[in-house]
Amino acid sequence: MKFASEFRDGSLARRIATTIAAECQPSRGYSFMEFCGGHTHTIARYGLETMLPEAIRLIHGPGCPVCVLPVGRIDSGIELARDHGVILCTYGDMMRVPGSPRMSLLKAKAAGGDIRMVWSTLDALKIARDNPSREVVFFAIGFETTTPPTAMALKMAKAEGLTNFSIFCNHVLTPSAMRAVLQGGSLPLEGVIGPGHVSAVIGIDPYREFSDRGMPVVVAGFEPLDLLQAILMLVRQVNEGRPRVENAYVRALPAIGNEKAQQAIAETMTLRDSFEWRGLGTLPDSALRLADDYAKFDAERRFALPYRTIPDPKSCACAEVVRGIKRPEECPLFGRSCTPDNPIGSCMVSSEGGCAAHWLYGRHRMSNEGRKAVA
Amino acid sequence: MTANAHRNRDLFPRPLDLVAGRVDLTHGGGGRAMAQLIAELFAGAFDNPYLAKGNDMAVMPPTGGRLVMSTDGYVVSPIFFPGGDIGSLSVHGTVNDVAMSGARPLYLSASFILEEGLPLSELKHVVESMAAAAKQADVLIVTGDTKVVERGKADGIFIATTGIGSLQDGLHIAGDRIRPGDAIILSGTIGDHGIALLSKRENLEFETAIESDSAPLHGLIRAMIEAEPDIHCLRDPTRGGLAATLNELAHQSGLGMIVDEDAVPIRPAVRGACELLGIDPFGVANEGKLIAFCPADKAEALVTVMRDQPFGENAAIIGHAQPDPRRLVWLRTSFGSQRVVEWFHGEQLPRIC
Repeated sequence: MKFASEFRDGSLARRIATTIAAECQPSRGYSFMEFCGGHTHTIARYGLETMLPEAIRLIHGPGCPVCVLPVGRIDSGIELARDHGVILCTYGDMMRVPGSPRMSLLKAKAAGGDIRMVWSTLDALKIARDNPSREVVFFAIGFETTTPPTAMALKMAKAEGLTNFSIFCNHVLTPSAMRAVLQGGSLPLEGVIGPGHVSAVIGIDPYREFSDRGMPVVVAGFEPLDLLQAILMLVRQVNEGRPRVENAYVRALPAIGNEKAQQAIAETMTLRDSFEWRGLGTLPDSALRLADDYAKFDAERRFALPYRTIPDPKSCACAEVVRGIKRPEECPLFGRSCTPDNPIGSCMVSSEGGCAAHWLYGRHRMSNEGRKAVA
Repeated sequence: MTANAHRNRDLFPRPLDLVAGRVDLTHGGGGRAMAQLIAELFAGAFDNPYLAKGNDMAVMPPTGGRLVMSTDGYVVSPIFFPGGDIGSLSVHGTVNDVAMSGARPLYLSASFILEEGLPLSELKHVVESMAAAAKQADVLIVTGDTKVVERGKADGIFIATTGIGSLQDGLHIAGDRIRPGDAIILSGTIGDHGIALLSKRENLEFETAIESDSAPLHGLIRAMIEAEPDIHCLRDPTRGGLAATLNELAHQSGLGMIVDEDAVPIRPAVRGACELLGIDPFGVANEGKLIAFCPADKAEALVTVMRDQPFGENAAIIGHAQPDPRRLVWLRTSFGSQRVVEWFHGEQLPRIC
């Protein structure tokens, strides 16, 4: 498979890992945060941590869209389907995210809510066209990667004059989350692996504020070799003591990002004053709402949705996990009452969530039994 | 013209409109319309002496072996997909479940739940496809039932089939017979059925040449048993894919499994589609594949036999069973690492960024 299999070459990976080990200096620490859930998934799936020297510590970041969405937002989605009788369209990952006790979109659907899983915003538009007598709401979530499709759907809906379509906008911004994690200062961090597909939209310049303050950033693709190369580049930045933003994903992203996508977002959306994140608290200028020109497509205004802050379930450590403060297995619920079949926290839902990735791929690796089993 | 057709014309002066007609509630009401549907559509297509008796049950002779029985419901969407339809699938699926015991499948029952409004042309297509599949699988559809539910209470057509087969003495093929060291053989490429279906789902249309692998495997199994009667276990990795089946068998046998990723055949188009959708092919459904466990020293010969059979051309040894109190399924990845293969959770959901 062109452009994928070449970047999964195990022998090349071991060569890069050997180089990384050789370049790590004993006096230094190399704790790197992979911001993006897609990276977390690759690291767990390919067992990259087991190839790396002990000096390298990888910390999962908050870049999993469903993981950072607070309970209150899920509850609003459920309310839209249940109390306002809309057809609620959403990406598959959202269906099982736990809302207020014992409720999720999947359970609300079973209880009669008209909730439909779609693969793209175009599907939601089609549902709106096919059901002119029903209100159709797209539950939009995600970082900059999923924002342009929402923006394009808005432009199309406006151009077509669709009157029964609206967006429940929960798009969030990567640099804001990164800022919140780094400002906390509670993590010993020596570098950040930036999400390649976010930069494919926004470019790499937004990360200069972090390198200017001494934090090395390397933007990476999503195959194992991409990540190992990014780790090697971070090790070199640390050793040289010269923090900067580097692009390790040149085959896919120009440094300026995608200007057309940026324009579509700027036309249809605007910064929210503040937005509540699970784990990171309420952050200023960290998320988008619909621009006033698109107010009639804004589900929050159209249905006068109130926003309530709902606390996370007791003992659930998702908040610490998305900030990299706790590893999944340090949560008292992990693998006991919280599993992918029955998730209590959002990090156990999407395969990009730190907990689900560790459950699926990582949890047996450390045991001696496991090592013997594959010997 | 057959005697049956003459009789039908006396009873039902106007034949069913198989071009523009639709199923309505009278077709399930027990009256003349239902009798006509059965006479003109089902009886002709499934024609066999047991069904022709017209009783509410079929009486068959003793089979000479132990009886094997299996049942399955079919609710596939869409009902027509590349490489098959709900009719052929409802025969293949149940024939295969019976055959995985080593039995020869003989008879099927078929129960139809039809939604009011279903075009009779579609029903005809499905019934003819079932008849052809039954003929290919050498089984007779000897009894059946038809119900009609109001529009909106079903999705076009649901079919339940039950199969009966005959198992010769001396054969014992079951999950609890898997032994440490047994080779795991896979009969061909994985993921074809699930991806063929996904490619046609209303909200996910992409151009692809992938066809469902839906097929009857009794012939392949017969050839395998003739060549090697000491096969320990056969199982078809349908819903949940290879990952679910290996985990089920690990639990049933109390053993662990280890599989080589490089040895598992996957079509490039399936691999590409899975990549695009964020789906793991190990969790995607198959409808014409089996995995076999046999003593390691017999495995090469068995694979050679399989490769000469229809539906076994891409057979390969993909791993082996091993002692493991935790009953884990391990994968040696192409990348050179090892990881546990878990059951996937519910529907495989695409990654969203």
